[in-house]
Amino acid sequence: MPTLEVKDLVTYYRIMRGSVKAVDGVSFQVEKGEALGLAGESGCGKTTVALSILRLLPSGGKIEGGHILFRDLDLVDLTPNEMRKIRWNAIAIVFQGAMNALNPVYKVGDQIVEAILTHESNTSKGKAEERVTKLLEMVGIDPTRAGNYPHEFSGGMRQRALIAMSLACNPELVIADEPGTALDVIVQAQVLKLLRELKSKLNLSMILITHDLSIIAETCEKTVIMYAGKVAEYGDVVGIFKEPLHPYTQGLSRSFPSIKAERTRMESIPGSPPDLLNPPSGCRFRTRCSYAMDICEKDEPAVIEASKGHFVACHLVG
Amino acid sequence: MSKDAVVTAQNLVKWFPVRMGFLSSVFSRKELFVRAVDGISFEVNRGEVFGLAGESGSGKTTTGRLILKLIEPTGGKITFKGQDITNLTETKMKPLRGKMQIVFQDPYESLNPRMTITDILSEPLRVQGIGSETEIREKVNKILEDIQLVPPEEFLQRYPHELSGGQRQRVATGRAFVLSPEFVVADEPVSMLDVSIRADILNLMLSLVEKYHASFLYITHDLALARHMCDKMGIMYLGKVMEQGSTEKIVYEPLHPYTRALISAVPIPDPTLKRSDIVIKGEIPSPISPPPGCRFHTRCPIAQFPLCKQKEPPLVDHGDGHLAACHLIGNPVWEKHVSM
Repeated sequence: MPTLEVKDLVTYYRIMRGSVKAVDGVSFQVEKGEALGLAGESGCGKTTVALSILRLLPSGGKIEGGHILFRDLDLVDLTPNEMRKIRWNAIAIVFQGAMNALNPVYKVGDQIVEAILTHESNTSKGKAEERVTKLLEMVGIDPTRAGNYPHEFSGGMRQRALIAMSLACNPELVIADEPGTALDVIVQAQVLKLLRELKSKLNLSMILITHDLSIIAETCEKTVIMYAGKVAEYGDVVGIFKEPLHPYTQGLSRSFPSIKAERTRMESIPGSPPDLLNPPSGCRFRTRCSYAMDICEKDEPAVIEASKGHFVACHLVG
Repeated sequence: MSKDAVVTAQNLVKWFPVRMGFLSSVFSRKELFVRAVDGISFEVNRGEVFGLAGESGSGKTTTGRLILKLIEPTGGKITFKGQDITNLTETKMKPLRGKMQIVFQDPYESLNPRMTITDILSEPLRVQGIGSETEIREKVNKILEDIQLVPPEEFLQRYPHELSGGQRQRVATGRAFVLSPEFVVADEPVSMLDVSIRADILNLMLSLVEKYHASFLYITHDLALARHMCDKMGIMYLGKVMEQGSTEKIVYEPLHPYTRALISAVPIPDPTLKRSDIVIKGEIPSPISPPPGCRFHTRCPIAQFPLCKQKEPPLVDHGDGHLAACHLIGNPVWEKHVSM
């Protein structure tokens, strides 16, 4: 049984002019000890998926349909109180923007203690502080720095502290939202290495949200390529990188130059993502797709299994 | 200095004084400086794309601004087409500014939201006093075609907020190229843009560089993009150039341990490749009091003491214009490090 199963998730944001169809029928599974990469351009709905799983959607955002199965529960149906028991104890998140996710007026250690005490009412403050020491050691921060304020930490250390905080209550699943962005390349490599190590040491399931396909190639076993609130392609990382089937995935991988590969002309995907208030009919990618046919305008492509463990939603396939 | 050099920097230095409170300025004997750029030299030849790469805080942006004299250097010399421009007054600089342009990082901030695209693209021409109204209109139309915002009529009267990020950066690029410059600096021009459109903007810049026979200084932290853009590269660390040479040499035969660390940290979009888990430790130290000797010695995996801590390594040519500043190149420790 997978750790997490997201089934036909639909999340809309209501604004004055209508509903923004941010996530519109997304399905995937995360197995135990597996990392899944959620990739796509800004505005494709990847962060909304994460916030839906944790039921932390901002006001206006609402899960309109689908299921999020975790353990024997459907997270969509839980009351806020029941959900609070899942958050951090079972599913934790490393928020985007290491620079701003910590409260600047509290000591880093105290913020992690607070996370523990909030979610474990029967833990004493002393016990929580002991655990903070272990957590900081685990992510490679000198535990004596627990008394420092966030501004005394470098960018990489803040990101590590946030990772430590996410692990504070031994979650089964950790969601990391853009963990490498805004960090320098060497520090980013350090953080990704830490995530890989923690994942295998603690047998964690992970969802890694990023726009950088190369980070997914380095860290994940599976990937979901999202476009305009839909799954374009989903499956095993090796299969998808070796043989991308969806024109969008093909375009994305061509726009990622490899430092090791031959010097080539880089390619972009023409146009920009559609307005999700009124997404195009049929396939949402058709407005930018160079292979678009008549059927792409009429029918929305279903997600089909092109080969074992490799799913794609495109009329060209099959 | 080669005959073709359009721009040269010789031993360029920029120190920014650290602002201190009243009490500390009274009691502290020493004034503190951020040594953003601390003695770097390079030249950009005609038609060449030169890349400056390094982590944040390495001084690459400051270098770009110094070269254009947007800030005054503390020391060193800048030349443009053989002319020393280090101490030129603003009045004397003005005609040269038309020949030396810049594209800034963030197109959401570098375009005036109250100006139409026509105003933005024609302002450089008006400032430089080039052409009559008809000629200006023609030039603006032509540059809009160059930056592929066609048909021009559709964009002329728009404001920046009516454009996407990629289109804005095209306008910023057009503004730099409308004067047919001979030298253009681009400071992280695509870091604010979505991945799917980065390549378009970079290809556009390369085609304009070619069309106008300009020289290009490309400042970036993304080595994978730099490799596909640049003919030559300089790798900066804490205000110093650590390694410099042709892009091929830097990527395939890096000499400096810092360059090697940078390149091995770049993620590769291929899940089957086995990556080395050797990642250097720590983060870039403060440029206020950079480490003595070799600035990289605090993080260097092969630093030898006391040598690397005491003596600053000079930038030495290791053949074919491939320069590197490291004491240990050729040393057995280095040979072992390179063979790993």
